[in-house]
Amino acid sequence: MSLPPPTPARSEPTVGTEPPLAAARAPAGPWRLVAARLRRSRPALVCGALVLAVVVACLLAPVYAREVAGTGPDENHITDTVRVGSRTLDVVSPTGVPIGPTWQRRFLLGADPNGRDVAVRLLYGGRNSLEIGALATLVTMLLAVLIGTLAGWFRGLTDGVLSRLLDVIWAFPPVLLGVALGVALAIGGLDLGVVKLSSGSLLLPAAIVGVVFVPYVARPLRGQVLALREREFVDAARVQGRGNVRILTGEILPNLTSTIVVFLPLMLANAILLEAALSYLGAGVQDPNPSWGTMLAEGIRLTPGAIHLVLAPGLMLVLVVFGVNVLGDGLRDALDPRAVAGGRG
Amino acid sequence: MARFLARRLLGAAAVLFAVSVLTFLIFQVIPGGDPALRMAGREATPQTVHDVRRAWGFDRPLYEQYATTMEKILDGSVVSYSQQINVEQEIARDLPPTLSLALGAGLIWLLFGVLFGVLGAVRAGRASDRALTVLALLGVSTPIFFLGALMLYYLGYRWGLLPLGGYVPLTRDPWGWFTHMLMPWLALSIASIGIYSRVLRAGILDTLGEDYVRTARAKGLSERRVLVHHVLRNSLIPIVSLWGLDLAAVIGGGAIVVESVFDLHGVGQYAAESIARLDVPPVLVVTLLVACAVVVLGVLVDILYALLDPRIRLSA
Repeated sequence: MSLPPPTPARSEPTVGTEPPLAAARAPAGPWRLVAARLRRSRPALVCGALVLAVVVACLLAPVYAREVAGTGPDENHITDTVRVGSRTLDVVSPTGVPIGPTWQRRFLLGADPNGRDVAVRLLYGGRNSLEIGALATLVTMLLAVLIGTLAGWFRGLTDGVLSRLLDVIWAFPPVLLGVALGVALAIGGLDLGVVKLSSGSLLLPAAIVGVVFVPYVARPLRGQVLALREREFVDAARVQGRGNVRILTGEILPNLTSTIVVFLPLMLANAILLEAALSYLGAGVQDPNPSWGTMLAEGIRLTPGAIHLVLAPGLMLVLVVFGVNVLGDGLRDALDPRAVAGGRG
Repeated sequence: MARFLARRLLGAAAVLFAVSVLTFLIFQVIPGGDPALRMAGREATPQTVHDVRRAWGFDRPLYEQYATTMEKILDGSVVSYSQQINVEQEIARDLPPTLSLALGAGLIWLLFGVLFGVLGAVRAGRASDRALTVLALLGVSTPIFFLGALMLYYLGYRWGLLPLGGYVPLTRDPWGWFTHMLMPWLALSIASIGIYSRVLRAGILDTLGEDYVRTARAKGLSERRVLVHHVLRNSLIPIVSLWGLDLAAVIGGGAIVVESVFDLHGVGQYAAESIARLDVPPVLVVTLLVACAVVVLGVLVDILYALLDPRIRLSA
């Protein structure tokens, strides 16, 4: 067979089942190797699937609320009753104790003191928790890459200023800093001129959690850039007359990707946990918005009255964070060329 | 040694200065930060607000306000804006539970972190190592307040094994102190044990490949001696520095979640309450306390470094 004529590929519809030549002959790139290694790690795959399942379930929260539970996340049923087997039970007892798990469509995981369906709130809360976690991770990564590369590349005064900035954030324990920012900003919201975040916005906790973790990623990245900028291929790019921006995006950034990829799940796990802690302390997601942290806080306030209010959001948090951590572990092993399955012992 | 200490003290003073200035400034720019408005009460006339501002010196230039506040902090006479109680006395009251928490939990997580780390490395790849890995990840993935709530419910309420939160001073009732602190210690330690054991396991596995380990084995030293004297000594260095930083964070109120779950009335809770009231003096004092703890433990860690690795000198 002969090579196809060198016409622009996009105007040429693919003929038959021939795979594109370039792809067929290209050697396996580093990322494909990583993907292959990751596919061989069963714990990582299982946990990845688990996390994905939770994400999908949370996205389907409105469907569950409408089709299965028949109630929304903020609807109260304090005076309602529910049939369990042959008995009719109060959703919230006259003494204020909410019903536990019924394991049926209505109040699958029980109710909270306001007579709201815990299962429905769990899914809606999961949306908020996961959304904040993901956004916070994005904030952390963007800021960390920006600060880390600039500080490492320009050194000198830029590095001095940026590194001291990181030192200041690092000087405070994460939870305490988060509480400080959360409480301070919950009162007035945040007004940066360009961006305005009102006090009830979910973006506020996301931004706070994101900023708190920046030094943990920016520091190692800075160190890596400091080492990379002395390498020959960077010299070569400089001799070619490339500017700072092109070297940073074309030479430095691609070499940082594996570090960034390793940090992503780690930071996601930490962000979800910190959001929960902040919400527990009242400095994160504000009522009546559910999140796993606020639900857990409410459950703890009612202990020992209704342990299901503690167990449901708590176990979800553990499940998701554990899944993300195992996935991250697998990813790190897959990216580390020295890693041999099961260690070196 | 003297030069090392002098340098560290100078550095510490610079850090403390920077931290205090920044904390002070942060409270000037956040919305609703004007203390005079809050102190004058809900239905204050402009005259009252003006009087409060005059009396407390909020009408002075910022650097002057900063200087007087710091002066008062240093001679121990600073009072909080919201309750007008001496801040240092408040912190002296809240420090014992926090210190008890930090030291006890710090010992537990260092001990078990090292134990599990060594076990995992020695049995790398085997079932027990995998089990430890899963446990460590589970520990890292569990929110502290969830763990604390479960402990309180099962150990405290259902089975009645341990008291339900609160703090008993060590000097009054040592056994009561111990039983009251046991749950907070465990809750705070679990995640750190997970992290430390993982870091140490990786460090030991790395060190096992070093030439000097091969030499030590070739000399015919027993495996135990190689492990303890040649491998562990080197792998402990990152653990020690991690430990110093973590302990400093707990002393400075970083364990606020545990303190509030177990109702210990520690420095963290005090800090959070003060922050919620936008009360500058207590926040300043707590931040300085954190910075001090970081500096002191940093020096301690460096001395431990030098003990662990004779190549490290105390000059840098």
